[in-house]
Amino acid sequence: MSNENFDPKIVGFFCNWCSYRAADLAGSARIKYPLNVRIIRVMCSGRVDPTFVLKALADGADGVMIAGCHPGECHYINQNYKAMRRYEMLKHTLTAMGVEPERVRLVWASAAEGRQLAEAIDKLVSDVRRLGPLHWPRNWDENGERQKALDDIVKEHEEAMEVPA
Amino acid sequence: MSDKPKGKLALYWAASCGGCDIAVLAIDEKILNVAEAFDIVFWPCAADGKVRDVEKMDDGSIDVCLFNGGIRTSEQEYMAQLLRRKSKVLVAFGSCASEGCIPGLANMNTRKEVFDTVYKEGSATVPENPQDVRPQPATKMPEGILHLPVFYDTLRTLDQTVEVDYYLPGCPPEAENIWKAITAIRGKGVRNLLCEAPEGPSRQKVPDTFSAVIGLNTTVCEECPRKRGEKKIKKFYRTWEIIPDEETCLLEQGLLCCGIATRAGCGALCPAVNSPCIGCYGANDGVADFGARMMSALASVIDSDDPDEIRRIIEEGIPDPVGSFYRFSLAASQLRRKKKMQIA
Repeated sequence: MSNENFDPKIVGFFCNWCSYRAADLAGSARIKYPLNVRIIRVMCSGRVDPTFVLKALADGADGVMIAGCHPGECHYINQNYKAMRRYEMLKHTLTAMGVEPERVRLVWASAAEGRQLAEAIDKLVSDVRRLGPLHWPRNWDENGERQKALDDIVKEHEEAMEVPA
Repeated sequence: MSDKPKGKLALYWAASCGGCDIAVLAIDEKILNVAEAFDIVFWPCAADGKVRDVEKMDDGSIDVCLFNGGIRTSEQEYMAQLLRRKSKVLVAFGSCASEGCIPGLANMNTRKEVFDTVYKEGSATVPENPQDVRPQPATKMPEGILHLPVFYDTLRTLDQTVEVDYYLPGCPPEAENIWKAITAIRGKGVRNLLCEAPEGPSRQKVPDTFSAVIGLNTTVCEECPRKRGEKKIKKFYRTWEIIPDEETCLLEQGLLCCGIATRAGCGALCPAVNSPCIGCYGANDGVADFGARMMSALASVIDSDDPDEIRRIIEEGIPDPVGSFYRFSLAASQLRRKKKMQIA
């Protein structure tokens, strides 16, 4: 597939207090950002469990963006620091699993930073487009060998000689 | 349990080490009670029996099948499908069948890489295999075609292959839990097990949310007698780097103890001998991805707010994240395996 025509699916987990409002601001200020990102509002970036990111990738997302308040400005005092540590831990593991770390990104965007958020989305989409599709479930295929192998066993058992008791 | 008609029991062994079959015998003399209550119709490890005999049985004629091992080859998949058809109740017995376990860690490689290691680089096989012969699924001989099972790229768990009724966690399951499961299956009737799981010290009685896992719904931490305080970690240690204090929580001391995400049932055997939990009882209820839960919990206790320092603590302390977080559950995790390189 040519990467130019590839429309990446990006899942975004945006915090309610800063980044989701930044996306709103981008909308009302008519700042354009790519339509590739599907935004899910969470109460805090600290709410984003690594499970969410893994599930998004396993279910077909090509990239994930986690966005929250700037360090020191968390609505819940310091939970965005937790998000930062989880993000580093997750990236370490994803790299070991063969996923390009550029596909998962943590960005800080305050409620006033609609433009910065739009730019960050733009950057992620173009980076993921360059990397190409992830197609994670295809990793589980056995290149069509499975069904044939099973049919062969059934056939072989049917043909096998009956051994007299 | 003597006045009931005898039930029919089957045991099977797929991609696993064989420890689960031995664990069945660890219930000691109670195995005689099992033989009293059940006719063992198929158990290749311990009794003579042919696949052909199983094929001839009526569908659903086996009452309970305890299936251990993951699904790595076409033959194992065939047997899983066959035993599913013939059994009323299929139990994923032990960690391999439930979540892939150690054989599932080979999902960090492809079939080619596994074969390269065994047939090309392995010190035992290489001197005898100068022509680099590989297993062939079909070999033509004058008498006909000979088949070997096809070795898959990815090990699957039993429930990724066929429908599973119950899970018995553990690598291997503790004898006590096996016995509880067998008596529960026999005494109460398997269909009632969902609400009548073996009792534990603190299992929450929530039948609606109780999973089909025959076991406790709490974590190893609950069974661990160590003192727990607030956790703040500046450095992770590997087990050989320190001799941990015997009273304090191992995680607090910087060891990667998996007790926080792991289902209870073993009695916290490893922490009791000063060794961190490695997670062999699998994910507790509500944990969708064992490794993700570990990552989430460990990241929260790192005592730093500086990205560079956090990165250093993680990279130096956890050189093998997949082996540490997914030792038993890689095949059952969200991603299931490492990315294969040949696909776009």
